[in-house]
Amino acid sequence: MIEAQPQNQRAQRAGSWWPRLNRGALTWGRLTLTLHAFLMYLFLYGPILVLVVFSFTRDEFGVRWTGFTLEWYVRMFANDRLMGAAGNTLYVAFVSTVVSTILGTLLALAMERHRFRGRTGVDAVIYLPVVIPEIAMAVSLLAFSSLALEFIRVVTGEVVRRSLVTVIIGHIAFSISFVTIVVRASLKHFDRRLEEAARDLGANSWQTFWRITFPMILPGILGGALLAFTLSLDNFIISLFLSGPGTSLLPVEVYNKVRRAVTPEINAISTLMLAFSITLVVLSQLVQRRR
Amino acid sequence: MALSSFEREQQRREQRRLMALLAPGMFWLLVFFLLPLLVILVYSFLTNGPRGNLVWQPTLQNYVDLFTQASYVNAYVRSLWISVLTTLFALLLGYPLALFIVKQPPRARLVLLILVLIPFWTNFLVRIYAWQIILANNGLINTTLGTLGLPTLFLLNTEGATLLGLVYGELPFMVLPIYAALDRFDFTLMEAGADLGASKWRAFWHIMLPMTMPGVAAGAVLVFIPTVGQFVVSELLGGAKVDYIGNLIQRLFLRSNPPNWPLGSAMSTVMMVVLLGFILLYFRSTTEEDR
Repeated sequence: MIEAQPQNQRAQRAGSWWPRLNRGALTWGRLTLTLHAFLMYLFLYGPILVLVVFSFTRDEFGVRWTGFTLEWYVRMFANDRLMGAAGNTLYVAFVSTVVSTILGTLLALAMERHRFRGRTGVDAVIYLPVVIPEIAMAVSLLAFSSLALEFIRVVTGEVVRRSLVTVIIGHIAFSISFVTIVVRASLKHFDRRLEEAARDLGANSWQTFWRITFPMILPGILGGALLAFTLSLDNFIISLFLSGPGTSLLPVEVYNKVRRAVTPEINAISTLMLAFSITLVVLSQLVQRRR
Repeated sequence: MALSSFEREQQRREQRRLMALLAPGMFWLLVFFLLPLLVILVYSFLTNGPRGNLVWQPTLQNYVDLFTQASYVNAYVRSLWISVLTTLFALLLGYPLALFIVKQPPRARLVLLILVLIPFWTNFLVRIYAWQIILANNGLINTTLGTLGLPTLFLLNTEGATLLGLVYGELPFMVLPIYAALDRFDFTLMEAGADLGASKWRAFWHIMLPMTMPGVAAGAVLVFIPTVGQFVVSELLGGAKVDYIGNLIQRLFLRSNPPNWPLGSAMSTVMMVVLLGFILLYFRSTTEEDR
């Protein structure tokens, strides 16, 4: 994803795992820029650090340091409602990732490999979910689902409520676009002569796809899938509008608690959620660089 | 003759392949994204019943209310204004940070860039919540001030806190496109400018900034749009004291008793039309630059 030209060979010296910063002549401009960058990283990570630290405090309001305890983590794991919500969240993320990765990859192949009438229109439909505010998508899905559920009731006579199914449908609808964008980027760098070579050597198009194309765009597909997975895990707005009675998701639970007050228990859940996503990203970056 | 029928067969096969790639994803996006937007558009012209039920009677009243009642007009103005401020602050803080990162040797660049990316992959809600711990009346800043014997400050539940949270949440979206633009920028142009007698500031204003403008524009769009529709930050850090469009829409759909979906739909529609206007403006300006 990130291609950097080697500028300073010294920095790439084997064995120095800690990246070197640029050390040129010290000017006022450079000094201010460095100080600014330092403050910005403090700005980005300070609150996260505070959150983590205060998930271990004894203070029952979760805002003062009064000594170390693991009590809040113990309580959190004993809270059936929260654990159920966590399970739901993982389930929704898993299903929506599988579906949106397949649909998004197919769309990416269609867009990069074919020229057809109405391509610009399709392009616009793919990008739109990324650019419109999430709340607009959430309320439209809510209104649509209430119409659709009413329709089902009239036709089949069965009362269907909003549930994890409606949440999954919504998550897929916004994840498809992100997967498509990531996979398209990996298809752009693809050398199509490799496919021609395979065809010349007698492979049919099915074999060519599975033996040549698929393995080569796999990192892109996995990148898209990981993005879809984290987007679903973290999604809160669409989940809030689309989840039904009794089907709660972790971010929605956190939102409902947070609106009332700070508690160390929320600090603990939040810390685990952050740790989980950060682990996922770092792992994916490591895997991508190994290749 | 035989060849042309073979070609036709080939073309037909190509057509079928395209449909197989395109159909599943497009089906999902048409049914679960575009159709719901249409539903919202229809709802916005319907009447709200006394108990929040839909009455299928066409009216323009929702739009009339929207543009004439001060509280609604104010919400729009406030949302657009705080989005402009957020975009400006994100730009002022993000540009120097992107510049600092670009100036580093490759390995440091990579690490610094991943550090900017990580917040993007972690839960927005949780990161915003973390500021509550810092800003609350009995929070980190005020307890520190208290121990130092200084007067405490009223920080949480202010519009300043909302702005702070928005800038904090959106900063990565500004840094990444600017970084991409600076990465393509040829820094020897700055030396050329200096050789011709331009000061550093002059060279920045007349060479670097104009040439990295596409990145700035992309970052501005990525920050501005979600900010217009936000409701979480103003609720968690602003204390929901004043209404932004997002807060109003959420309340009309989920909280008010009775709910008013038609009015909420009209609000969402107007917001989207305004934002799509901005997006079109953006696309027009970028394509003109390419020409």
